[in-house]
Amino acid sequence: MEEASPPLRCFRESHSSELFSDDGVQTVTSKEQQHYHYLKKGLRHLSDAYECLDASRPWLCYWILHSLELLEEPVPAAVASDVCQFLARCQSPTGGFGGGPGQHAHLAPTYAAVNALCILGTEEAYKVINREKLLDFLYSVKQPDGSFVMHVGGEVDVRSAYCAASVASLTNIITPTLFDGTHNWILSCQNWEGGLGGVPGLEAHGGYTFCGTAALVILGKEHMLDLKALLRWVTSKQMRFEGGFQGRCNKLVDGCYSFWQAGLLPLLHRALFKEGDSTLSESSWMFEREALQEYILLCCQNPGGGLLDKPGKSRDFYHTCYCLSGLSVAQHFGNKDLHNELILGRDENRLAPTHPVYNICPEKVAQAIEHFHQLPVPVQTGPTPSAMDQS
Amino acid sequence: MCLFFYFRDRKEWADLEPVPQDDGPNPVVKIAYSEKFTDVFDMFRALLKNDEKSERAFALTAEAIDLNAANYTVWHYRRVLLQALDKDLREEMKYITAIIEDQPKNYQVWNHRRMVVEWLNDPSEELQFVAEILSQDAKNYHAWQHRQWVIQEYKLWNGELEYVEELLEEDVRNNSAWNQRHFVISHTSGYSDPAILDREVQYTLKQIKKAPHNESAWNYLKGILHDGGLSSYPGLLEQVTELQDTCSSPYLTAFLVDLYEDALETNNSSYDQQETLKKALELCKLLAEEKDTIRREYWNYVSRSLQNTYGSGDPNVRTENARKPLFQT
Repeated sequence: MEEASPPLRCFRESHSSELFSDDGVQTVTSKEQQHYHYLKKGLRHLSDAYECLDASRPWLCYWILHSLELLEEPVPAAVASDVCQFLARCQSPTGGFGGGPGQHAHLAPTYAAVNALCILGTEEAYKVINREKLLDFLYSVKQPDGSFVMHVGGEVDVRSAYCAASVASLTNIITPTLFDGTHNWILSCQNWEGGLGGVPGLEAHGGYTFCGTAALVILGKEHMLDLKALLRWVTSKQMRFEGGFQGRCNKLVDGCYSFWQAGLLPLLHRALFKEGDSTLSESSWMFEREALQEYILLCCQNPGGGLLDKPGKSRDFYHTCYCLSGLSVAQHFGNKDLHNELILGRDENRLAPTHPVYNICPEKVAQAIEHFHQLPVPVQTGPTPSAMDQS
Repeated sequence: MCLFFYFRDRKEWADLEPVPQDDGPNPVVKIAYSEKFTDVFDMFRALLKNDEKSERAFALTAEAIDLNAANYTVWHYRRVLLQALDKDLREEMKYITAIIEDQPKNYQVWNHRRMVVEWLNDPSEELQFVAEILSQDAKNYHAWQHRQWVIQEYKLWNGELEYVEELLEEDVRNNSAWNQRHFVISHTSGYSDPAILDREVQYTLKQIKKAPHNESAWNYLKGILHDGGLSSYPGLLEQVTELQDTCSSPYLTAFLVDLYEDALETNNSSYDQQETLKKALELCKLLAEEKDTIRREYWNYVSRSLQNTYGSGDPNVRTENARKPLFQT
C-alpha cells in the first residue's frame, strides 16, 4: 500500500467553519464608482485592443455616454464639446456618419452618432448634424423593396431600418416617401417562432427583433405584427436558471440581451395597450424583473469596472451599455405619470430610466424632438434610390 | 511582436505622402494604435485621397483588412479596385474563403463574398463552403444568412432538407437547423399539403420523444400548426396528452394552453367551451405558480386575457387589472 499523501487543508473538518459569515445582512453592490472610472477613461483613451472597433468609434461614444447618463454621472462641458467636434469629423460630406474621420457613411455609426449627440443635448451637439445631407444619405441607401442597405455597397438587414427610423424621427427629416414599403419589409422578418430575423427567412434573434419592433413603433405600424406570437417568443427567451436572456432559442444567456430582449417588453406593453388591451399588468413588464437584475448585478459586473456577457468573458463598452440599459428597463416600470421602481439591492443601484425605443434617456429624446421639430423637414436633393449603383 | 517593414519606408511607396487621421486637437475615444496600424492606415488614407487605382493599392487593402476586417471603407475600396484592375475573381474567392475561415463572425467578409459570387455568377462552391463554416459553428448567423441567399437566388433547394436532417441528427437542439427546415419546406412544397404537414408533425413528435425538454421542437410543432389550427389537427390533443407521463415539460403544458386557446378562438365544436377555458386557466396557473415561474407575469396575463375574452360574461365583474389607463396615447 502507498504512503498516504498529506491531507489537503481544504478537506480538514474544521475548514468549513472558515466560510464567510454574512450575518444575514446582504450586500448586492453595483460598483458604480468602478464603472464610472472605466467609462471616464474610455471616453478619452482606449488600448490597441480596440483596433477592431476603429470603424465604430461613434458607437464607442454612444455606449460610453449612455452608460454615464444611466449612472447619472455628468459629462464635463469640455468633454461634451470635444465629442461634438469628433463626431463632426466623422460626418461624411455626402451625409451620415462613418466609423471614424474620413470613413464612408454607414447607418450604424450614424445611429450611434445621432444618439450620442442627443445625449449631449447642447446646441453645439444638435448643430453638428447636417440634416439635409443626412436625408440624402438615407435615400442613397434605401432599396426598392422598402429595406435599407447599411452603407452604399453594403448588406441589408433589419438593423438598417431601425437606424434610419431612429435618426430620421429624432432629427425630423421624415418625408412622405422615405419609409415607403419599409414597414412591410420589416413585417416579413417575423417568422414561425414569433420573433424577427435579420432578413426574411432567418432565425428569430433578439437584436434583430428589437430593431424591427422599435422601427415599427417609430413608423406607427407595430400593431401589424403578430404581437401575441412575438410576446410569447420574447418571454420564452428569459432563462429560468440564469435569470438573464438568451438571444435565440437554445443558445446561451448573454448580458447584452438584457436590453435587446427585455427592452421589447415595454414596447409590447405599449403596443397592446394602444390596441385596447385591458388585461395588461399595471405594475410590471411581462418578464421577471428581479431575476434579470440578479443576473446582471451578480454575474455581469467586472470588479474593476465595466460589464460583460457572462462570467468568464471580458468587459467591454458594448456590454457595459446594454447590461446597464437592461438593468434600467428591469428597474423602471411605467411612464412619467405612472411609474414604479423595483431596485434590487441597495438604493444606489438605481439607474436613470431609458427610453425603450431609442435607448437614450427619455428627457433627451423629448428635448431633441422638440428642438428639431422647430426646423422644417428638408427636401430631398440627392438622386432617387433606383438610380443608385451598388458597387 | 514581429518585424514589419513600414510602408512609409518602402521605396515603392516613397511618392505617396501618408495622411494621418484627423482626430482633431482634443481627441475622444482615441485608440492607441500600433505603429503598424498607423502606418498602414495613413497610407490607405493617402490612396483614398488620390483615388489611386493600382496594384500596390490593392495589396495595401489586404494589409488594412488584416488589421481591421470590419473597416467597410477598405472593403468598398478593394471592390472598386477589383473591377478597375480587372482582377482574377477566382483568386479573390480563395482570398475571401481564407478570411472568413479566420473571422467568420464579421459582416463585411460575408458581404464581400456575396458580391464576388454575384460578379462570377457562380454559386457552385457556396453550399460546401457554408457547410464547412457551420461544421465549426453550427449556429453562425452570417453563415445561415449567406446559405439562404445562395439557395434562394440560385434555386438550389435540392438536397437542403437532407442537409437539415443531418444537422438535426447531430444536434436536435440546433434551432438554426429547425429554422432552415421551415425555410426549405415553406419555399418548396409548403405546409398546406396534408401529407407534408403530417410528415412534419410526426417527425417533430418523434424528436420530442427523444428530447422532451427541447424547446425548438415544441416551437416548430406550434409554428407549423399555427395557421391550420392546433385544436383541429386530428388526434393531436390525444398524442400530446399521451406524452405527459413520460415527456412532461413546461413546453408540453404551454402547448396544451395554445391548443385550448385555439379551440376557444375558433369556437371548435368538438370542445366544450367552458371546460376548455377552465383547463386552459388551470394550466396557466400551474405554469405561473409551479412549472414556469420565471414567466409568471406572462402566464398571469394569458390567464386574464383568456378570462376576459372567453369568460362567461358578468360584465360588472371587472378584472383587477382593468382599471386606469397606463399610457397616454
